Amino acid sequence: MDFSFPPEVEAFRTEVKAFLADNFDESMLDVTHDGTMHVPELHAALAAEGWLAGPVPKELGGGGRTALESIVLNEEMQLARAPIDAMGVTVITAAILMEHGSDHLKETVVPALLNGEALTSFGYTEPESGSDVAAAATKAVRDGDEWVINGAKMWTTMAHIADYVILLTRTDPNVPKHKGLTFFLVPFDTPGIEIQPVPTMATERSNATFYDDVRLSDDWRVGEVNGGWAVMKTALKYERGVAGGQFMSPPVIDAGIDWATNQERADGTRPIDDPAVRERLIRAQIDVEVCRGFAYHCADLANEGAMFGVEGSMTKLFASETFKRHCREIHDMMGAEGLLTLESPEAHHGGLIEEALRHSPVTAIYGGTSEINRNMVAEGFLGLPRAR
Amino acid sequence: MVEATCVVRVLEQHEFQRWILNGEVRAARLALGGFGTEELRVEVDDFVNVADVEGELQALGRACLLFRYLSICLLRVSSCLHEPAMIGLMRTRYSEDEVAVRDAFFDFFANECPTTTVRAAAKGTGFDPALWSSLAAMGAPGMALPESLGGAGAALTDLAVVADVAGAHLAPVPLIEHAVTTRALARAGGHDGLVAELGEGSTLATLALRPPTGDTARLVPAGAVADVILHHRNGVTSINRGNAPGIKLPNTADLPLAHRVISDATAIDLDSDGWNRTVDEWRALMAVAYVGLAKRAIEIGVAYTKERIQFGVLIGTFQALQHGFADAATSVEGAHLLAQRAIWALETDQPGASRLAGMALLYAAESARFAADRSVQYHGGYGFSEEYDIQLYHRHATAWILQLGDPAAEYARLADAEFGPVKGAA
Repeated sequence: MDFSFPPEVEAFRTEVKAFLADNFDESMLDVTHDGTMHVPELHAALAAEGWLAGPVPKELGGGGRTALESIVLNEEMQLARAPIDAMGVTVITAAILMEHGSDHLKETVVPALLNGEALTSFGYTEPESGSDVAAAATKAVRDGDEWVINGAKMWTTMAHIADYVILLTRTDPNVPKHKGLTFFLVPFDTPGIEIQPVPTMATERSNATFYDDVRLSDDWRVGEVNGGWAVMKTALKYERGVAGGQFMSPPVIDAGIDWATNQERADGTRPIDDPAVRERLIRAQIDVEVCRGFAYHCADLANEGAMFGVEGSMTKLFASETFKRHCREIHDMMGAEGLLTLESPEAHHGGLIEEALRHSPVTAIYGGTSEINRNMVAEGFLGLPRAR
Repeated sequence: MVEATCVVRVLEQHEFQRWILNGEVRAARLALGGFGTEELRVEVDDFVNVADVEGELQALGRACLLFRYLSICLLRVSSCLHEPAMIGLMRTRYSEDEVAVRDAFFDFFANECPTTTVRAAAKGTGFDPALWSSLAAMGAPGMALPESLGGAGAALTDLAVVADVAGAHLAPVPLIEHAVTTRALARAGGHDGLVAELGEGSTLATLALRPPTGDTARLVPAGAVADVILHHRNGVTSINRGNAPGIKLPNTADLPLAHRVISDATAIDLDSDGWNRTVDEWRALMAVAYVGLAKRAIEIGVAYTKERIQFGVLIGTFQALQHGFADAATSVEGAHLLAQRAIWALETDQPGASRLAGMALLYAAESARFAADRSVQYHGGYGFSEEYDIQLYHRHATAWILQLGDPAAEYARLADAEFGPVKGAA
């Protein structure tokens, strides 16, 4: 075993730290307070560095960065509280298009995504199909040279600022569900699309998108007709390098430690002097190190070209469940002070902890719920029989 | 005195792998048996298979326990291959060589230490001398000692591989206490003769994890069997030798715990940092052993739920059980990665090594206790019965960390290092 990074990756980490110091500070997060998890200046700067193209293989026109470099970029951005959502969507969509898209998409859309000019969003989930993603019912029907799309998608986050959505549709309802799916890249300026905001219990907004006789040429198809599941696998393959979430906790814990150290209570002691507070915080720090182990393990596997499934499930399960607990315990520690939201001028750390608390539940839901991940571990890792 | 030295050159790694895989090693061990009493010098690149090795050894007129020989060779291969790669590889899995060592020792413990052995030891001192002799013959006690002191010169990372499988089998031998104590004496210097003896395993050593009160160190791990005991008080580390082992007191996991009188101790040259390093090695290796225990506890539980039928179906199909196991397995995998990182950090003197060692033990103990609890629970009433092995895992998971003290005190210790001392506290 050897848990040190190669020197060139350490050098890249130094580069990323310097980049973030120059291009991001927490005040830019105010931009997200309209509910959009996106900082355009940061996205443009990432594109200018060539880092959006980073994890895409060189032979596909990408930056050919290793999985170790991807995890380092991901780690440093999360530690700096820089949103990684747009980067993740961009990288995954570009990779899908390079591997499965038509020449038209490769030549026009991919460069725009990688140089930061265009944004996309994911259109997998539907009102009636969440965890059971292959049950998608949005219909695409061929009509001469065109496709006609009808249906609805939920959680099309960033759709209101994006140029495209990568859409999972059903093209054959008469075969087993995984075999009748086809992907399209849909420009949002196509007639027949409606975007409605979906406010959430956190400050962020998401969207529902509706497709009413949306007509597209075959150029916008991604992958084979009824070959959508293969495209989905590509998406999952690239998520391993860029999908975030392993380092959500440290900024919240650091803010909690800072608060507990700098508050003075009536009796002259600080919250950090309380043994119960200390144990909670040190346990959280231990979880962070466990998470780091998982993150590096997945990067190591990806770097060796190994496809991992169950390791990713464990990482996601552990990271999101512990993040929820950390938010809860640190928010509790602050008592009534913790209730102040980011709109309050008196909120500590700009309401960071309170906002994280309201955001945290979704982390154990999106990208595969904890229950789905537990199923994956039970079946794929422990060899238990299929339960459903 | 047994003194075996192997000189290993141009090693063909796949040859060793093949021997292990083919099960030839085990067979050869039985065929050879016994110790050599002189220096053994073998050029491994001359051999192509076990039969040749055996022939060569016999030709040399020296009987040798081939297992020991092979273990040392494998460790050498491991360190040779890893040397250029030690700087920045990010290998979060056992290397092929570590897997080979692991498999060899797993095979050893599976054969020499079934749970009947654990149960038999529990009725006595909590120690199995025959198992210890066999383990010593394989070179485990001295494997992570410098070659100049008669050890195999292997890394802590290699010793951890053995701790992993020893933990999985609840081996009633104080390998971890013995190894870290011996390493401490080697670091202190001036005890070369004793260190060599300990490296051979003919003498047993341990450490009092908590400072003695008065003349007595209470409930010392392996205190019921160790000849040599190290303790630390007020910045001074001292050694006792020659006192008879204490009487084992019946305890949760029937570990060889006993009080030891330390009145006639001699100070050694190991300051507080040196002592802390020793206890950190114990913590990190114990964390690895806990991971071995926890993985096995889950395996036992999963196997049971794939056989047990209730309501007309295998209980392993119930999602309630599956999700409990999934949480346990995830936690144990996380504990494994943290424990291995702590071992690596200690081996390579990383700045945060002590912090990671403390964290690794706490997290691994908690994971193992959770895993054992789930497995007992999913056994239903049988999990509570003495007859089933899973209760042994529950008892050991409970006991190991308590030899150091209340886990809450360990959390507090880490918190002090992380957040500074409590305001107003002394």
